[in-house]
Amino acid sequence: MELQIADSLLIQSYINGDERALATLINRHNQRLSSFIYSKVNDREITEDIFQDTFIKVIRTLKKGRYNEEGKFLPWVMRIAHNLIIDHFRKNRRMPFFESSSAFDIFSVIQDEKLNIEKQLIKNQIDEDLLLLIEKLPPDQRDVLVMRMFKDMSFKEISENTGVSINTALGRMRYALINLRKIIEENNIVLTN
Amino acid sequence: MEKFYVENKNKCQIVKAKAETIDFLLSYSKSLKINDVRGIKFESNMN
Repeated sequence: MELQIADSLLIQSYINGDERALATLINRHNQRLSSFIYSKVNDREITEDIFQDTFIKVIRTLKKGRYNEEGKFLPWVMRIAHNLIIDHFRKNRRMPFFESSSAFDIFSVIQDEKLNIEKQLIKNQIDEDLLLLIEKLPPDQRDVLVMRMFKDMSFKEISENTGVSINTALGRMRYALINLRKIIEENNIVLTN
Repeated sequence: MEKFYVENKNKCQIVKAKAETIDFLLSYSKSLKINDVRGIKFESNMN
């Protein structure tokens, strides 16, 4: 059975000038620390960088004699790595990066709200057709629909402008929509994008 | 139908830092000297 020198003894040797003790410490905790970092950042290169920065901090702290013997070595090193991982994500939050995989494509949930050229042309055509259909409505219904849909007026404002009650304005809007649907159906018009 | 199973099921991988990284750390450690001047610790790197 191989006898393992305790971390605390290796640290003491290192502080006393034995550089080989550091090599033993790094190799002993390499896999655990690297796997921990990798599980958080999921990138080999970043894992190497954070691993390196972690041990640079460890080396500087030990050489300056600031290491507190009360705690255990590995949890202390893990804590340093954890803080560096947080720093890494903070730095990258300004410029988030996402790599799509075959299992999940980010563009399936995030879309550009702007229509493409083809859809924009179709939309323009539909808008023009709709304006022609609206012209075919009786004037009182057409006025209410235009005020509501194109001028974004409330029914209270419409009633004040047309000199009718709110209920009458609501009724005219309802009949305007019913008549529009009728015209669309009778003429077999398709208004979809 | 929705895809219920992804290809990369387990992200927990055993990873180890490269030998070059460890060599760099050991060299850094050897080159780093701390000088204590009246209680103030100065770092110097003898590359």
